[in-house]
Amino acid sequence: MNLSINGESIEFDGDANMPLLWALRDVLGLTGTKFGCGKGLCGACTVHLNGEAIRSCLTPVSAAEGAEVTTIEGLAADGDHPLQKAWATHNVPQCGYCQPGQIMQAASLLASNPKPSEQDIVDGMRGNICRCGTYERIKKAIRTAAGELS
Amino acid sequence: MNPVKQLSRRDFVKTSGLFVLGVSMAGCGRQDKPGIRNAGPSDGPWSPDVFISLDADGTVHIISHRSEMGQGTRTGLTAIVADELEADWERVIVEQAMADAVYGNQNTDGSWSVRGFMQRMREAGASARQMLEQAAADQWQVDVSECRAENHRILHDASARSLDYKDLVLAAAALPVPAPDTLSFKPSEKFRYIGKDLPIVDLDDMTHGRASYGIDASVTGMKYAVIARCPVTFGRVKSFDAEETLAFDGVQQVVEVPAATPPALYQALGGIAVIADNTWAAMEGRKRLKINWDEGDNTSYNSEDYKAQLLSATRQDGQVVRGEGDVTEAFANAEITLDAEFYTPHLAHAPMEPPVALASVTTDSCEIWAPTQDPQSIIEAGAAITGLAPEQIKVHVTLLGGGFGRKSKCDFVNEAIILSKSIAAPVKVIWSREDDIRHGYLHAPSAQYLKASINSENAVDGWLHRVAYPTIMSTFDAGAKRPASWEIGMGAVNMPYDIANVNIASAETEAKIRIGWLRSVCNIFQAFAVCSFTDEIAYARNKDPLENFLDMLGPDRHLDFSSFGQEAVDDYPFDTARLRRVAELAAEKAGWGSLLPEGHGHGIAVHRSFLSYVAAVVEVVVDSDGRWNVPRVDIAFDCGLAVNPDRVRAQLEGSVVFGLSLARDGNITATNGRVDQGNFDDYPVLRMDMTPETSVHIVHNDAPPAGVGEPGVPPIAPALANAIFAATGTRLREMPFGPQIAV
Repeated sequence: MNLSINGESIEFDGDANMPLLWALRDVLGLTGTKFGCGKGLCGACTVHLNGEAIRSCLTPVSAAEGAEVTTIEGLAADGDHPLQKAWATHNVPQCGYCQPGQIMQAASLLASNPKPSEQDIVDGMRGNICRCGTYERIKKAIRTAAGELS
Repeated sequence: MNPVKQLSRRDFVKTSGLFVLGVSMAGCGRQDKPGIRNAGPSDGPWSPDVFISLDADGTVHIISHRSEMGQGTRTGLTAIVADELEADWERVIVEQAMADAVYGNQNTDGSWSVRGFMQRMREAGASARQMLEQAAADQWQVDVSECRAENHRILHDASARSLDYKDLVLAAAALPVPAPDTLSFKPSEKFRYIGKDLPIVDLDDMTHGRASYGIDASVTGMKYAVIARCPVTFGRVKSFDAEETLAFDGVQQVVEVPAATPPALYQALGGIAVIADNTWAAMEGRKRLKINWDEGDNTSYNSEDYKAQLLSATRQDGQVVRGEGDVTEAFANAEITLDAEFYTPHLAHAPMEPPVALASVTTDSCEIWAPTQDPQSIIEAGAAITGLAPEQIKVHVTLLGGGFGRKSKCDFVNEAIILSKSIAAPVKVIWSREDDIRHGYLHAPSAQYLKASINSENAVDGWLHRVAYPTIMSTFDAGAKRPASWEIGMGAVNMPYDIANVNIASAETEAKIRIGWLRSVCNIFQAFAVCSFTDEIAYARNKDPLENFLDMLGPDRHLDFSSFGQEAVDDYPFDTARLRRVAELAAEKAGWGSLLPEGHGHGIAVHRSFLSYVAAVVEVVVDSDGRWNVPRVDIAFDCGLAVNPDRVRAQLEGSVVFGLSLARDGNITATNGRVDQGNFDDYPVLRMDMTPETSVHIVHNDAPPAGVGEPGVPPIAPALANAIFAATGTRLREMPFGPQIAV
């Protein structure tokens, strides 16, 4: 099966039923995408499929065939996505483990809604858990990236 | 393993004199992969101290020997070294220590990394700086007193000369390391990094998917394993059928892991391990196992029954742990008496990264990569499992995707060691979320009974507090049935109020499941009961809750609980003035006493733990159906010196979320010995939609640094309960409150 991940064409010969999460992590060595719950409850495994945030722990590799997969490693070629800069501005991460998923979720939100309201941000992000409790800073970082805060 | 030793802060003080400057250890070379950069004791071109080495180009490597789990220790402790060294932060590289006693204690719990190691870090930095100053003085042939360090250079002001550290490395390396008693330290007004907001050193890696956690560790030839463990603690495999498992593509073999026997210690629980080419195959293979369990003696464990036992135990006299005056007489002569029962359930840690560990065992080595809070305990455990000598066990500490106390216990690492030894290949053991919730070292459930008397002058003159909960010590001593003095010392026996007649007592209870410590430990339930009951007393006295608290606290004074088995910590007296000040500050910032909209209420809770003083004012809004939300929290915090104020604020912000989370939804129960919950659907944790706007108000002072990671948690639940009472008149005495309360 041919996959397109972060703009690169990759041949995958594993089980087509394997969740994309484990294909990325264990087979392809892209470990930026994290495992948190395995049931689509926490968002740690969020990646983009054709630009939209999906939970890779529930998405079989076969669903990614013919689609463009983007992971945290490929979010911005130069590492300069406005969200990544905003995350630094607000010193968001504590343990950092959930942050790739948070950033991928936020990137999808901003792509479809560049000027989200406070409620839009909460609605868009409430599927992502941060056990360290960085939510307020995440919210601020999204608003900064959306140009609402300096 | 002796848990008392692990938990005792005094041991560190006793042994800290053993640190030796200038030791360069051989045999623990740096490891560049996998994971974050790990290092042995500094062995660079010039290592003036086990925590520091300098390259020829002046790059400073500083060893972080405590585990990073989000509290910011890799930034904070290393900044202390860099500050005293006058190093340019841009030229500092932080490396993570491997497990090695040469650093002193690496057991990262108890909120004491800064408290325990600030002085040692300053000595390391000062020692290197003085050697650089001496090297420059020698080169310029001037007295060293005329030289000073500033931002990676040594300056001689009189002749306007200066040299970069890179030009002094080789000369300094040839000098003797100064004796600790000859070191001089920077005055606090000269601090370059301490007390300033510093971005965390791993930030860029964390936002780009490069930060490496235990789950990301990998070595050539590594296999993936998941383990089917008996649902009941100390159950064992009777028989099993792995035919369908072995038929699943990618599964290589199954291995039986021997069952643990009481006491639990950090033993692997045992069960059937499925070893595969990838995590998914291992998980799918496990689903296909057919196991016949002997569930053992703990099938009688039912949370409802256990709750009744705990409550019943607190309705009768227990073993008195603090007795002053005569409460019986105070109650008999009282104008008003009031009493209340509180109950809190089990909690699970649920760090976002579940337990996971990679081990590679050969005939003469055992190498481990793990997100561990306590790497040195793994040396001991690894040696016991493999039969190798301690020096053959190498423990690499990765970043931790959250810890909260769960990753202090190396049971999951022991599983990896057992399996790697068994199949003679590197094995990474991964816990699913269900494994994590069902097989944790759970926070203890508790019952508490409180009674107070108010005399004819409307003063509180009697205080009775009985506690019942299974002790953490039961994990280390199967016969332990009574809370240890350090457990009761987390908010019960060290009740600070100025009350003449006091009786605090504990009951016996038997643990039926593994009990462990979770962020702020017994403070969670003891502060909940004490701070809630204090609020009840306010209403009984017809006083404002803040005014009542300040009155009960009494005049400013230092308290000493050493006669009740509580360790007094040098330089950290229990100073009620500091407790009073945080209460006043939080109240002032929150607009305490101002008129709130209909349905809103303010609640306050004030508590000291981990030697820090915290007050939280929670504002709640409750609708007519009893659904509640917290729009705002003000938290005032006095931890003495705040090394990295931004991380202090972050920890307090996180503590508010953690505290609200357990107050709203935290509830683990057992039925017939089996944990009923398994994932974030039935064990919910707080999400963005319930997160309040939190303002952290740090009290800046020159007191020595105290705990930061934990003390913000305990006051949150009682402040919320008190706010709900203020808003609705409904008193909540049992956690969790749920998303909707009865009104």
